[in-house]
Amino acid sequence: MDLSYTPEEEDFRARLREWLAKVLPGLPPKPRPEDWPGRRAYDLGWQRALHDAGYADVHWDASPTVRLIFLEETERAGAPYVGANFVGLLHAGPTIAAEGTEEQRARWLAPILRGDEVWCQGFSEPDAGSDLAALRTRAWRDGDDYVVSGAKIWTSHAEVADWCELLVRTDPAAPRHQGITWLAMPMDAPGITVRPLRTLAGSAEFAEVFLDEVRVPVANRVGAENDGWRVTMVTLSFERGTAFVGEVVACRRVLGELARAAHANGGWDDPVLRRRLGRLNAEFRALWRLTQWNVSEAEGRGVPGTGGSVFKLRYSHARQELYDAAAAVLGPDALDLDRPWVLDRLSSLSYTIAAGTSQIQRNIVAERILGLPKGP
Amino acid sequence: MRFQPTDEQKALRDGMRALLARRFDAGALRAAVAAPGPDRELWRELGAAGFFALRLPEAEGGVGLGLPEAVLVFEEAGRALLTGPLLATHLAATDVPGAADGRTVVARADGGLVEWLAEADVVTGDASGAVPLRSVDPLTPLHRVPEAVSGPPDPVAVLLTAAEQLGTATRVCELAVQHARTRIQFGRPIGAFQAVKHLCAEMLVRAETARAAVYAAAVTADPLDIAAARLLADEAAVAGSRDCLQVHGGMGFTWEAEVHLHLKRSWVRSQRAGGVTESEEMLAAELLG
Repeated sequence: MDLSYTPEEEDFRARLREWLAKVLPGLPPKPRPEDWPGRRAYDLGWQRALHDAGYADVHWDASPTVRLIFLEETERAGAPYVGANFVGLLHAGPTIAAEGTEEQRARWLAPILRGDEVWCQGFSEPDAGSDLAALRTRAWRDGDDYVVSGAKIWTSHAEVADWCELLVRTDPAAPRHQGITWLAMPMDAPGITVRPLRTLAGSAEFAEVFLDEVRVPVANRVGAENDGWRVTMVTLSFERGTAFVGEVVACRRVLGELARAAHANGGWDDPVLRRRLGRLNAEFRALWRLTQWNVSEAEGRGVPGTGGSVFKLRYSHARQELYDAAAAVLGPDALDLDRPWVLDRLSSLSYTIAAGTSQIQRNIVAERILGLPKGP
Repeated sequence: MRFQPTDEQKALRDGMRALLARRFDAGALRAAVAAPGPDRELWRELGAAGFFALRLPEAEGGVGLGLPEAVLVFEEAGRALLTGPLLATHLAATDVPGAADGRTVVARADGGLVEWLAEADVVTGDASGAVPLRSVDPLTPLHRVPEAVSGPPDPVAVLLTAAEQLGTATRVCELAVQHARTRIQFGRPIGAFQAVKHLCAEMLVRAETARAAVYAAAVTADPLDIAAARLLADEAAVAGSRDCLQVHGGMGFTWEAEVHLHLKRSWVRSQRAGGVTESEEMLAAELLG
């Protein structure tokens, strides 16, 4: 058992720190949340800066430990998040890298790494959420094109994306997992309507995407026709080992801020509140160790283990607990949207739902790790 | 970073598991409920295997290993529900003659409680005025020390207790899963029902989160990491035993099934070293630091 880093890894950390200290003060101001073109430009600008400094492909080619260090240090330094580059860097890009043809890799990968193009994800549908294989968006062959009609939902950055990684049903007669195809859809194609979806936090983080006979070239298909489910699953667990590294670092910082706020407003004298914060300290320390455990395991085996589901279950709950504790520190101010942490508390409610609900994650843990039988 | 146990550490753990499977199996556990022991012969065998002298330097006749190895063997002891004042004797290996090789059984006053006082050859700490109580755990005889003054907890005692709790958390998850796979109701194994399988999944999540915290604390030996490990491991053991009992249904409520022994032992361990409050306050204070 060892938690130390190699000299090469420590060197990577030191150089990254030095670079961040140099480059972050020169960044433009963060755009407002509703300014989509501004957010696109800001996020792509950051990816370009990473690219020019040699950090563009840290999500793809670096070892899990180097990725852990990268995410830890960028969060500590207050660097921008992956933002609009998320789907390109963490879903569509790795899928194309693993399953695409040489032409497809040449066409799409470099613009993702350089910060030239934004991708969004068209997987979930109004009637296909946890049960993704129930998706019904249809695609017919017509000459060199597929013609696609249907509706997608929970698509982030749809307003400003260049491409959408799209799952469509190409064979409705086949068993559900066998009639699905993966397409790269250009977002400027005629027939696409994007409708922003307002969340309970008041912001429009997601959109619905309606597709009305959208033509997508057959050349944009990654993998074989009707093999899209497998193509997707190859990379769906891609980021699991390190997906929340930055967030755990951020949560530990918030916890310190909460303690100081409680100390300032007198809440600290309440032993129940104090111990609640102490327990959260234990929780996020443990989540950091669990991250290191999963990264170390991925390092040994080359692929992320099933630890991702264990981590996600625990973390999504802990994050909600953290912001509930923030509300306890704030008292009546917890009802004021202009106070810190109040919007974060609202956003945290998505964590036990997005990217696999806690109920689905428990099924995964019980069936794939513990070997319990599938349900009725 | 190679956080997972090394091959040598796995061999040590497997050796301990094999020894306990041979010398403290289900039959021995049942016999211990009637006559708790400790089994002096087994105690000397544990001594010979290096359980007590594990962290003593080789120059002093010890094994010369560290906290990570100690955590792994205490986890196995917790898993097997091994009886006797294991922690007290291990901690006394340096100072009490005969403790290191298992000839001397050592009890230890910890706050207001002493485990195994009447059965031990030596007691460390202040146990004056100790009176026996009717222990909730049939496998841990207890004395109460009414006037006890407790100093700051020994981090090693906290960590090794957390390791035992981790063993319990892992074991009760296995027991629950075994039962859920084989117990048939409504024509199928009860583990096929989400209400049951989600209890099992949560048991695993608690145990594995605790494992990362306990093993990391063994590596860093940082008192705050140890306090965190303790909170996570206590929760994993106590809540896990409760869920295991629930999964077993009516059988879980019987004296016959071993589930209650895990729960009761995890309650006993939760009381050690100032209880959870001490650890929570330590971790709270650090946030202001």
